[in-house]
Amino acid sequence: MRKQRDIRSYPGLRTLSLVFFAWLYLPIGVVIFYSFNSNRLVSVWEGFSTKWYVSALQNDALMSSVRVSLIVALFSMIFATTIALLAALVITRAPGLKMRRVSETVVNLPLLLPEIVLAVAVLILFSQVGLNSGMFRLVLAHVAFCTPFAFMPIRARLQGMSLDVEEAARDLYAPPLTVFRRVTLPMIMPGVFAGAMTAFVISMDDFITSNMLNSGGGTTLPIYIFSLIRQGTTPELNAISTLLILVSLILATIVLILNARAMRRDG
Amino acid sequence: MSRQSAIEIAGVSKQFGDFTALDHVDFKIQQNEFFTLLGPSGCGKTTLLRMIAGFETPTQGDILLNGKTISDSPAHRRKINTVFQNYALFPHMTLAQNVAFGLENLGWAKGDIKSRVDEMLEMVHMAQFARRKPDQLSGGQKQRIALARALAPKPEVLLLDEPLSALDLKLRQSMRDELRRLQRETGITFVFVTHDQEEALDMSDRIAVMGNGRVQQIGAPDEIYEAPENRFVADFIGETNFLDGEVTALDGDTATIHTALGIDVTTTQSGVTAPGPAVLSIRPEKIGLEAQAEGETREGTVVSRNYMGGFTHYTVEAGGVSLRVSRRNAQARADRIEVGDTVTLGFQPANARILGQ
Ligand SMILES: Nc1ncnc2c1ncn2[C@@H]1O[C@H](COP(=O)(O)OP(=O)(O)O)[C@@H](O)[C@H]1O
Ligand SMILES: [Mg+2]
Repeated sequence: MRKQRDIRSYPGLRTLSLVFFAWLYLPIGVVIFYSFNSNRLVSVWEGFSTKWYVSALQNDALMSSVRVSLIVALFSMIFATTIALLAALVITRAPGLKMRRVSETVVNLPLLLPEIVLAVAVLILFSQVGLNSGMFRLVLAHVAFCTPFAFMPIRARLQGMSLDVEEAARDLYAPPLTVFRRVTLPMIMPGVFAGAMTAFVISMDDFITSNMLNSGGGTTLPIYIFSLIRQGTTPELNAISTLLILVSLILATIVLILNARAMRRDG
Repeated sequence: MSRQSAIEIAGVSKQFGDFTALDHVDFKIQQNEFFTLLGPSGCGKTTLLRMIAGFETPTQGDILLNGKTISDSPAHRRKINTVFQNYALFPHMTLAQNVAFGLENLGWAKGDIKSRVDEMLEMVHMAQFARRKPDQLSGGQKQRIALARALAPKPEVLLLDEPLSALDLKLRQSMRDELRRLQRETGITFVFVTHDQEEALDMSDRIAVMGNGRVQQIGAPDEIYEAPENRFVADFIGETNFLDGEVTALDGDTATIHTALGIDVTTTQSGVTAPGPAVLSIRPEKIGLEAQAEGETREGTVVSRNYMGGFTHYTVEAGGVSLRVSRRNAQARADRIEVGDTVTLGFQPANARILGQ
């Protein structure tokens, strides 16, 4: 009997992987590289400089759109995660819940609908009820499509968590809220955190809905970047993108570390 | 006997949909007793334990703790703690925090909690690990912490669901002794669930043998083994030979049975209400093979022999019936009985028992 071959030794796999990762990360690398270019022309290297970072941070319109995006993403994250957590608790824990599958599908529906449909729908709805305030509208709309993203990791952890631990807590005189606060929540925290981060990033990243609801005080970063691009690319864009990449990397790393710790802990 | 029973199970039935997991279960557990629920897997032991703990509600009947019904109180209000089969330790808490959890919920003072936690960790020989997390423990150590956590709040009753089944053989034996010691030291009523009859016989004050959702017999270990009340109990506890026969005379607790072996045996009976078909149950170690065997005797032929060290098991055929016999190897060089030998089977009628069909 020949030993099973390690998949890594298959011919061509190494090359294929290299090509794939280059294809994935090269453009990002280029953006980061040219964000430190002192030349005004984006693709002509002149010398190292951080001046585009300075000018980006001093651009009021840009900074205001960053602020809008952060506020909207923060509130969308909080609301979406709370709703997702409550929905996941009911769907995984309620005894004798009827229509469990249906409830779950309803929560996840925004994932299946094309975003443009949702965007048009909220636009019509908001104009009918006369809701014009920029950021509030954005938060409401974002919560709708961020919730399923927050829901999935939370539900996964709740389902993966054995019920005995909660029973053990009840057995040791913990009333329902204490069980949730001291046992359930700490144990599903990595899922809640991952869900919150995903909701945050999805909100930050949203274009279609935010563009549809774009208004005076409600221009988000992606909308602003898009408007800049239409006027031609500027090196400031590279600087902003690099900062965004940095923030995303930090968030993703935190989620990974938390998950790895929880995996080890829960065996 | 005016002592208040710790737990009373009063006519409890449990239905899961159409399936009857427990059927009119009715018994009392005394204070300070090491009480065991013993039965094959699926007979409803866990279900009964979960109803005592408060995780399931009986479909019918009532459960009383110290004479008062607890059917209406939720799990967190019952002064009963559980040692779960897979420990169910809180993975995000240290061992000390695990043990303190119940005490905190009961509103104990900080200082009292600390000294109680130290005392409990000491008691299960885990004091040096207080600040570890459960994932850094072996199975046996987790078991000790689960025990310490459940005993810390001084419950009226401690429930243990197959606490030893996940441990390896050697550890299991030492944990048996440890559990008995803890029960004696704390004086807490233990309700212990197992499917392992040896464990039950070794540890319990009394055993309830369960089968098919019913309690088949309750008694001290030797009663259960020596005086089984029905065929299920005789079969489930230890090994036995069943000899078919006809009861020819019946006088209260004793009866005379004409067995397939061709001999008449008069001995104690259970479950026989009228003359007719019944079985005689006789344990393999209660049958002698020597020529001078006393009591009822019969010639037979050895058809198989299994040497086990301390014992040798034989199968002997006599009058068309095959009997299992086990003989202690009391002498290093005893006369060996070989396959094919003709032997004289004999047993004392008092060691056999007649059981209804
Ligand atoms: N929640 C439940 N729903 C349906 N059937 C159950 C449930 N819990 C237990 N049962 C059934 O009840 C019977 C007794 O189970 P259990 O009490 O776990 O047995 P044991 O602990 O003696 O092995 C089993 O047949 C099991 O399948
Ligand atoms: Mg069980």
